[in-house]
Amino acid sequence: MKPRNARWGYYVTGTALAILFLFPLVWAGFASVRTDTGFGLENYDRLFTSANGVQFRHVLNSVVVSALTVGGTLFTATLGGYAFGRFRFPGRDVLFLLTLAILMVPYATILIALYVLLGWLGLEDSLIGLSLVLITFQLPFSVFMMRNSFEAVPVELEESARVDGCTSVGTLLRIMLPAVRPGLVTVGLFAFLTSWSEFFAPLILLNSTDKFTTTLAVVNLRTASHGSIDYAALEAGVVFMAVPCLVLFAAMQRSYVRGFTSGAVKG
Amino acid sequence: MSTMTTSTPGTPSTRTPPARPESRPARRGRRLRALVGAAYAAPTAVMVCLFFLVPLALVAWMSLHRWPLLGKAKFNAPANYSGIAEDELLRSAAWFTVEYTVVVTVLLFVVAFGLALLVQHRRPGVGFFRTAFFLPMAVGFASASLLFLGLLSDEIGPVTDLLSWLGLVDGYVSWTSGSPDSALASAVVLVLWRFAGFTMLILLTGLHAIPPDVYEAARVDGANRWQTFRRITLPLMRPTIALVLTLMTTGSLLAFDQFWILTRGGPDNSTTSLVMVIYREAFIRLDLGSAAGISVVLLAVLVVFTVLQFRVLRRRSS
Repeated sequence: MKPRNARWGYYVTGTALAILFLFPLVWAGFASVRTDTGFGLENYDRLFTSANGVQFRHVLNSVVVSALTVGGTLFTATLGGYAFGRFRFPGRDVLFLLTLAILMVPYATILIALYVLLGWLGLEDSLIGLSLVLITFQLPFSVFMMRNSFEAVPVELEESARVDGCTSVGTLLRIMLPAVRPGLVTVGLFAFLTSWSEFFAPLILLNSTDKFTTTLAVVNLRTASHGSIDYAALEAGVVFMAVPCLVLFAAMQRSYVRGFTSGAVKG
Repeated sequence: MSTMTTSTPGTPSTRTPPARPESRPARRGRRLRALVGAAYAAPTAVMVCLFFLVPLALVAWMSLHRWPLLGKAKFNAPANYSGIAEDELLRSAAWFTVEYTVVVTVLLFVVAFGLALLVQHRRPGVGFFRTAFFLPMAVGFASASLLFLGLLSDEIGPVTDLLSWLGLVDGYVSWTSGSPDSALASAVVLVLWRFAGFTMLILLTGLHAIPPDVYEAARVDGANRWQTFRRITLPLMRPTIALVLTLMTTGSLLAFDQFWILTRGGPDNSTTSLVMVIYREAFIRLDLGSAAGISVVLLAVLVVFTVLQFRVLRRRSS
């Protein structure tokens, strides 16, 4: 055993790998501001003004889809998690298992059917339709997370509220929600990261360019270009997409990682 | 993520009253409570039925029909399924997807396990290392694919310059479209970068669940590092490893973004994945029935695969 060598090995390996992992991110930031003459924001300018570039409308669409998905996921999963964690009613276990079964059926395989179904519902080429699909595929993780959070709240807390004359909805809003906040943060963060960057579902479900999300619009810069690709503008698009995620991620990293590991997989 | 377990099991059962005759108001109260619970679960039930169960049935139904993108559907079973065997591109895509899945699963597992072992103990710098490895996960996968498209490009990417400076390559290299192998390698490197930290995090939860006294006992018995890893860490990690392998294989069998964006399925369709073929059938050849047929087959394979994995997992952990 050579503890000192081992420690050096750890630092050298760790640092080298960390550089390797961080390099593409740093490079993208660098490439997005590098121009022919030096540094500047010309690449971003081209990203947002070129004919098939990203328009304000696309960013707005992304914001709408993310807001609908985060809100819808939080609403559905909170009520569902509360029901599964605290109530007994006929069909509870079947519904819970069905919700988890969504994980076994990756949406890529039923997206063709969802495309047809949304058409029947009059939600073809619509941001609401896309959000409904995104919410559904957030549910297994989110409902599971919220059920565990509600189960971890002491029963006495709820009972004393009821004795004090709180209604069922009042108990949920005033007593239970504050108690499950870490779960809500994790569920909301996941829903945002997924809906903000999702590519395949909007590609299938949105047809017209003015409905495109930012991700679709940026990818379109690559796939719609025949011949030469404006790589620098692409990297500007990558940075533009990644910054909100990185900021949120840095702000919430503690609860994110804790939420991830506390429920934890039994080894 | 389905195997995250609850911290307080069976809360409802603790509230079930002991077996004695129930008074009428108590029974009514319980019924009311069941109703309230069902009402809270209603939004989940609606979403699961409408956007999961119905499409699941619909994709099977569609696969039995000639279902053009526009126009009327017409029953034609089993034409969509018999067509599968004859589709040359589909066959090569299936082979490619399997090949890709094997390569990615093996490499990603080895890299992620290595990272997990490196950062498993609390020591200085470990938080920074974990964050650095996990950070790529904050970039969307489509964005990450675009990032690597630039990174590996000859026009603005530094990779070719770096490698030729090191004397490893000579001149112009077209990584993402030059040859089938380099295109595959580009996608694999991208996936390793994006998912290694995430996989590492899941493996870490498994590593941390091994009780320290098991290692202590092994040390007292004079086991060396390799023996400890081989005889203790690996067997005790089995459920976590099974989960990670399932996530990785399922994800790889459904690969789309990386090939759609990075390699465009080329050169010469050599990196066209199964999901890309489904997309092509539906939105380029406008044949939704055929796309549904392929989807159903893929779905069946995935479900059988997942069930088998969990069987193996349960047998070994019991």
